[in-house]
Amino acid sequence: MVTRPRSEVVAEAAIELVIRLCGISAIVFVFGIFFFVFREGSGFLFHGLSLRQFFGSIEWYPTSESHVRYGVLALIAGTASVTVLAMAIAVPFGIGAAIFISEFCGRRPREVLKITIELLAAIPSVVWGFIGLTVMNPLIIHLFHVPIGLNVLNGGLILALMSVPVIVSIGEDALKAVPDSYREAALALGVTRWQLVYRVLLPAAKNGLLAAALLGVGRAVGETMAVLMATGHAVKIPTSVMDSVRTLTATIAAELGEAAVGSNHYQVLFIIGILLFSITFVVNLVADLAVRGIRAR
Amino acid sequence: MFQATAITRRKHRSEEIARNVFLVMTLLMVVPLVLIVGYLIYQAWPILSLDFLISNPRNGMRAGGIWAPLVGTLYLVVISLVIAAPIGVLAAVFLNEYARENWLTRVVNLAVVNLAGVPSIVHALFGLGAFVLFAGLGKSILAASLTLAIMTLPVIIASTKEALAAVPMAFREACWNVGATRWQTIRHIVLPNSISGILTGVILQVSRAAGETAPIMFTGAVFFKAVREGNPFAYGLFDQCMALSMHLFTISTQVPNVPAALPYGTAVVLLAMVLAVNALAIVVRVRLRARKKW
Amino acid sequence: MRQPAVRLSGVRVRYGRREVLKGVSLEVRGHEILAIIGPAQSGKTTLLKTINRTIDDVPGAVVTGIVEVDGENVRDVKDVFALRRKIGVVAPLPVGLPLSIFDNVAFAPRMAGIRKRAKLDERVERCLRQAALWDEVKDRLDSLGTRLSGGQQQRLTIARALSHDPEILCLDEFSIAVDPVTTMRIEDVLKQLRHHVTIILVTNLVQQARRLADRTAFLLNGELVEVNTTEVIFSDQTADRRTYDYVNGIFG
Repeated sequence: MVTRPRSEVVAEAAIELVIRLCGISAIVFVFGIFFFVFREGSGFLFHGLSLRQFFGSIEWYPTSESHVRYGVLALIAGTASVTVLAMAIAVPFGIGAAIFISEFCGRRPREVLKITIELLAAIPSVVWGFIGLTVMNPLIIHLFHVPIGLNVLNGGLILALMSVPVIVSIGEDALKAVPDSYREAALALGVTRWQLVYRVLLPAAKNGLLAAALLGVGRAVGETMAVLMATGHAVKIPTSVMDSVRTLTATIAAELGEAAVGSNHYQVLFIIGILLFSITFVVNLVADLAVRGIRAR
Repeated sequence: MFQATAITRRKHRSEEIARNVFLVMTLLMVVPLVLIVGYLIYQAWPILSLDFLISNPRNGMRAGGIWAPLVGTLYLVVISLVIAAPIGVLAAVFLNEYARENWLTRVVNLAVVNLAGVPSIVHALFGLGAFVLFAGLGKSILAASLTLAIMTLPVIIASTKEALAAVPMAFREACWNVGATRWQTIRHIVLPNSISGILTGVILQVSRAAGETAPIMFTGAVFFKAVREGNPFAYGLFDQCMALSMHLFTISTQVPNVPAALPYGTAVVLLAMVLAVNALAIVVRVRLRARKKW
Repeated sequence: MRQPAVRLSGVRVRYGRREVLKGVSLEVRGHEILAIIGPAQSGKTTLLKTINRTIDDVPGAVVTGIVEVDGENVRDVKDVFALRRKIGVVAPLPVGLPLSIFDNVAFAPRMAGIRKRAKLDERVERCLRQAALWDEVKDRLDSLGTRLSGGQQQRLTIARALSHDPEILCLDEFSIAVDPVTTMRIEDVLKQLRHHVTIILVTNLVQQARRLADRTAFLLNGELVEVNTTEVIFSDQTADRRTYDYVNGIFG
């Protein structure tokens, strides 16, 4: 009776162990990220940082010799303002495009469009930032007669273009997940395509569309290089879209290089990192629960 | 025959309007992009040449080419790929072939989604805290590559999972029925028939890794480093390096008086690299789909 | 007293809360052809899965009761893969693995440790002959198994099932996706094979049972209603009225 060579059986057990380890690696890495970021900032977080100042003050003067202040409220406002503007543009346009690709489009143009959206998604964020700096900037200055074109509008537009692919692709998945029987029933009743979309598909796909929007928000909140280069450097709460702002992400990127390792400034930047991690964690968690709703169907 | 009544005509018109509205919305995103890319190429044109690619930045980066950053990016991409690909593929194998429907699997899936959503600057902080400082690697290509690998892991996992799931269950059952073990089935039937998806994932990983700036800014990429021109073995594992993405950031925001064509040229090369790699992924997908064995 | 090839004692299977097999006790004697008939969703496929323990891979399946192959409880075997090699299974839908025809049939022996080319050559030819496929494919053993016709792929599956020298051959509604001519050919194959192996033939074609089987078992909604010689099952002497009704097409 021929049997498998013992070495082969042992090797197989070994590789199955490695597979299981790799399987849980994602959990290890997520915890690891939180752990190490927390570790670098925890000293100051527990001994010295005034959380009231942190969350409540718009005064961000981390390098002041005389009067150091670590208020991130203005930075949160910066992140929020570009994100809101970006979503206000990207969500309707993205879902509109998803509807077009999914319901109104012929097969050939659909392939072309999907490929274009994929390529759009591939553009690196530093290139987007560069576009904001060199294309949007002069455009805004010229069109709106303002002195500086690096502001909420610039950042918001760029972020919108960056977030659209995510929204289109997940939105399209959501629409595809609606059973064909819904479509057939509605069309048999003689409705137009538009009525089908408005009255049947959108309500049926709303979980997935919500998830698409949330993932877009997550992307926008977490974006670093593009906003660093396109929103200007003013740490203040914006009163109009023409105001320059600073986001949480850009602040870390701009200041980490100059902060001495272990200093309070350095640790506060890591604490901002924890804040960002938590925000995107929650947003992704909610989006995942919504998406699970469409997959489970 | 059937004549169109007033109601039908109104319905068709509203459908046309709806269709056109959505078409316009779609085009409004796509067309500006094409215009922008065209503008970038136009501005970069004077400087694009082979010489640009193989000569180093000179004169405080106000002149010369992009050889050192280009090679640096290649190093980062290859090393992060070598680290991320095995882990990502095997993780996807676990999720699709071994995992049962239990809480652990749900948590793993959740972790993958979350890993994908972590902001790039937070990856940078992690890389700094874990690899540069804690593991004592210092700012180095190795630390930056490890950071990039973890960041791009979800891309490989997602692509591989999709490819594995596309292999029909009937094949696996046929193998189990003749006494093949799970791993034998995966090794001889499932994996070989998932190659196109795995390749796609790998290519997408490369494209992401090449374009990222924040994660490498504090873990190993550096402003300027002198390397020998034309030498592809310019860096060591523990050296710091220049990178194309970082270089674009530097010369467009940190260095004054740079001649206009230079940053445009860098942007165009980076963009071309990334888009070419993605186009390759699309071609691979289409080609290998046609060669399917069932 | 010879051991039965397979013995089920009070086997219950449920998927989650749904009970699919409700306490089945059945013996399969060596070298016989036992047919299992019954309408769809009666648990016939599930019953086969308990024998070679592929039920283990069905998520949420819970099995109670005892299944014995050659007198040994399948739960207690040291090597479940060796157990599966004792049992050949032919699924309803023909499956050609995405390998060459040669590799299709050589797959099981290779996985079991047989690597010598000469031995594999000999085995592949033997199994393809036994499955009545050799003449049609002997000149193109390198071509893809998935490119064969449905009927050829089903015979390929039989060759694959034979390639690991099973003692028991289970066929699960093998003729569903296959043309009548191929069905006849495969039935001839089975008549030849019965001298070497024990055959369990799950079928929804009542007349097929009548043609081939020594004994026939009637499974209805997870319950074993009756098992007896084929002659009795197809007569009006059945122990249960439902058997007579099903066999005569009154329901099902």
